[in-house]
Amino acid sequence: MKKDIILAGVGGQGILSIATVLGEAALTNGLHIKQAEVHGMSQRGGDVQSNLRISSEPIHSDLIPYGKVDIIMSLEPMEALRYVQELSKDGWIVTSSVPFVNIPNYPDKEEIYAHLQKLPHTVMLDVEALAKEAGAPAQAANMVLLGAAIPMMDLSYEAVRDAVAKVFSRKGQDIVDKNIAALEAGYRHSVNANR
Amino acid sequence: MKLLLLGDEAIALAAIHSGISGVYAYPGTPSTEITEYIQNCQKADPASERIFCKWCTNEKTAMEAALGMSYMGKRAMVCMKHVGMNVAADAFVNSAMTGANGGLVVVAADDPSMHSSQNEQDSRFYGRFAMIPYYEPSCQQEAYDMVREAFDYSEKMKIPVLMRITTRMAHSRAEVSTWTQKDGSEDIRPQNRIHFPDNPKQWILLPANSRVRNEQLIKDKKQFGLDSAEDPHNSFTPGEDRGLAIVACGIAYNYLMENFPKGVPCGVLKLTRYPIPRKLVGEMVASGVHRVIVMEEGQPFVEDKIRGMIGSEIQVEGRLTGLLPRTGELSPDSVRAALHLNPHKTFPKDDIVVPRPPALCQGCGHRDMYAALNEVAAEYENSRVFSDIGCYTLGALPPFRAIHTTVDMGASITMAKGAADAGQFPSFAVIGDSTFTHSGITGLLDCVNSEANVVIIISDNLTTGMTGGQDSAGTGRIEGICAGVGVDPAHIRVVVPLAKNMEEIKNVIREEVEYKGVSVVIPRRECIQTFKRHAKEKKQQ
Repeated sequence: MKKDIILAGVGGQGILSIATVLGEAALTNGLHIKQAEVHGMSQRGGDVQSNLRISSEPIHSDLIPYGKVDIIMSLEPMEALRYVQELSKDGWIVTSSVPFVNIPNYPDKEEIYAHLQKLPHTVMLDVEALAKEAGAPAQAANMVLLGAAIPMMDLSYEAVRDAVAKVFSRKGQDIVDKNIAALEAGYRHSVNANR
Repeated sequence: MKLLLLGDEAIALAAIHSGISGVYAYPGTPSTEITEYIQNCQKADPASERIFCKWCTNEKTAMEAALGMSYMGKRAMVCMKHVGMNVAADAFVNSAMTGANGGLVVVAADDPSMHSSQNEQDSRFYGRFAMIPYYEPSCQQEAYDMVREAFDYSEKMKIPVLMRITTRMAHSRAEVSTWTQKDGSEDIRPQNRIHFPDNPKQWILLPANSRVRNEQLIKDKKQFGLDSAEDPHNSFTPGEDRGLAIVACGIAYNYLMENFPKGVPCGVLKLTRYPIPRKLVGEMVASGVHRVIVMEEGQPFVEDKIRGMIGSEIQVEGRLTGLLPRTGELSPDSVRAALHLNPHKTFPKDDIVVPRPPALCQGCGHRDMYAALNEVAAEYENSRVFSDIGCYTLGALPPFRAIHTTVDMGASITMAKGAADAGQFPSFAVIGDSTFTHSGITGLLDCVNSEANVVIIISDNLTTGMTGGQDSAGTGRIEGICAGVGVDPAHIRVVVPLAKNMEEIKNVIREEVEYKGVSVVIPRRECIQTFKRHAKEKKQQ
C-alpha cells in the first residue's frame, strides 16, 4: 500500500490537523509516514501545502515527485488546481467548493469549477455546509474533507475515525463527537457520489 | 518507542535523552520547534530533571551562554536558523579555540529556496571555517541518533560540533524509534555533574595561549576526518556501473533513493558527517569511476572540495556545472533530471491559478502603523523607510508598499542613521520589539551618540510574531531601554495602533519628523495571533 497525498489550502484553514489525524492512523496501523509541512512566512494568509506520504514500505523522499500524487485534498478550490502538475494521471482531487477570497484578482468561481470537473477524478463538496448539517462547527470542515477522501485512501473509515478520536481526545468528548460527525458526513457524501 | 516527529522535534528529543542541561536559542524558521519542543516537554513533566530552556535575546548570547554551560562540564545545545550563525559567528568560531568541556552541539537550520529567509547561505562553510566536526543527517531517525553521537564525540574530543539541517528535514515528520535499554525501558542519560575544564589555559584566548591551541586544533582536525570515515552513517557502496559514482549529501540521499527503489545502479558515497572522509573518497576513486555527480542541498560545497581531492581525469558534476540547479532546494524531480531518467507524466500547469502571497493578518497592529506612516511619509518629497526582519517586512507588499529596505536583524536603525548621515530627510526606521532587542539597541546608541536625525518606529506587538509568538526579550521595558541608551524621554512616544487613533498617530509621527534628533515612536498593541490564543486559553480555564 502506498498513498501520496497533497494537502492544500490557505494559511490558517487547518490542513495540518488533517495531517495529524492521518499520521496517527498510519502509525497505529503499522504504516510508514512522511509529512512535510510549511511554517513561518508562508503561513500568513498565503497558499500552504503539505506533502503526506503513507506506505507499507519505507519512504525515502519527504517530497512527492511530480506526476505521482494520488490525492490532492484541498480546503479551497483554486488551491486544488495549484498542484495539478503534481497529480498522477489517475489521481483524485477532493476539494471544498467554497472559495477563500483574500486577493483582489481571484478568478471566476464557475471557471474554477469547470477546470476541476475537466480532470478525470474530482469530488467537490461544500465542506462547511456539510459540517453544519452534521451539527459540527465550521472549524470541523477539515474533517468533512478528510472523510470524503477516505474511499480513495486504502485506510478503513474505522481506522481514521479512531485516529480522530485519539487526536482530539485532549479537547473533550464533545469536540471528539463533533469531529467524528463531520468525518462521517464527508465519508457518506463521497461514498454516495461515487455510486 | 516509535513516535511521529518533525526533524526539529527528533533533534530536541534526542537532546533531552542525551542529558542536556540547557538549550539556548533565538526563534528562527526553520529551527524554532527544537527549543519549543523542549519547553513543552519540561512543562508537561514537572518531575523531570530541569533543563534551562528560556529564549535568548539573540544567537550570540545563546552561543555564549551555552559555551558557559559547557565550561561547567554540562551538556548544552544551541539552535538557530542559518543567518543566526552570522550573529553567533564570533562566539561560534572562537568556541573551536576554547574547545568544549561538557558536550556542546550547535544546530543550524538552513533554508534553501528561502521559504522564510533572506538568503540561501550554507552553514557547512561555518563548520569548515571553525575547523570542527559537522553533521548533516539524511532523515529524522538519523538526526535523532546523530545528536547523541555528536554529544559523545564533542565530549570525547573536547570540541563543539555543528549539526546542519535544512527546511525539508526540520519541518517534515517521520516515525522515529527512541533508544531503549536492554530491559526495554527508555534510555535517558542523566545530566552531567559540574566539573571544570582540565585545560583551563585554553579557555583564556590570549595570543600566547591561542597559538598553542591553534596547532592542536589543526592536528585534531585530521583526526575528525579520520573518524568521519569510520562513522557508520557515512559509506561508499560500489554499484554495477563502475564508471559513475554519486556523492549524496544529507537529504539528497533520499531523493536519489526515491528514483531507484530497486537499488542504485552505480556507486554511492553517502555523506552525512564531515570533514569529508578522504578514505571513502579514495575508495570511490579506486572503484574505477571516471564521472562523479555531487548532490547536495545549498551551495556546491562538497562539489568544489571533492574536485580538488581527486584527479582531474575524473569528471565532477553538480550544482556548479549546471547538472543540478544552482539555486533552490533539491527535489526528487531535479535529481531525476540530473540522472537523465524520463520525467513522470504530468497534467499541464493550470493558468487560471493566481499567486496568493502572504499578508499581514487582519486586525494586526502593524497594518495601522503602516497606514499612518504611509500618509505622513507621503507629505515629504523623498521619504525613505528602512525596515527590518519580521512580520512587518510584509509591509513591502501591496497594499502598503511602505518600505525601501530589509537586510538583516537590526539593520533598519543603523541604515536609517547612515542614510541620515548622508543627508536623507526624513529617515525612518521600522523595527519590531523582538528584533529591536535582538540587534537594534547598539544601533540606537550610535544614533544617540551622533545625534542622528532619525525617526525610529518600534512596532511593539509584545511578542516574536513571525515565528509563532515566542516571548520577546524586552516586553514591558522598551521605553526604559530607549531612555537608558540616551534617547530624550520627551521623544519617546507611545501610541495605540487602532484605526480610531489614526489622527493622533499621524500627528505624533509628524511632530517627531520635525524634531531634529533621535525620535522613537512605539505603536503598541498585542499581536492578533497571540491575542486570540490567550483569549482561547482563558476560555478553557
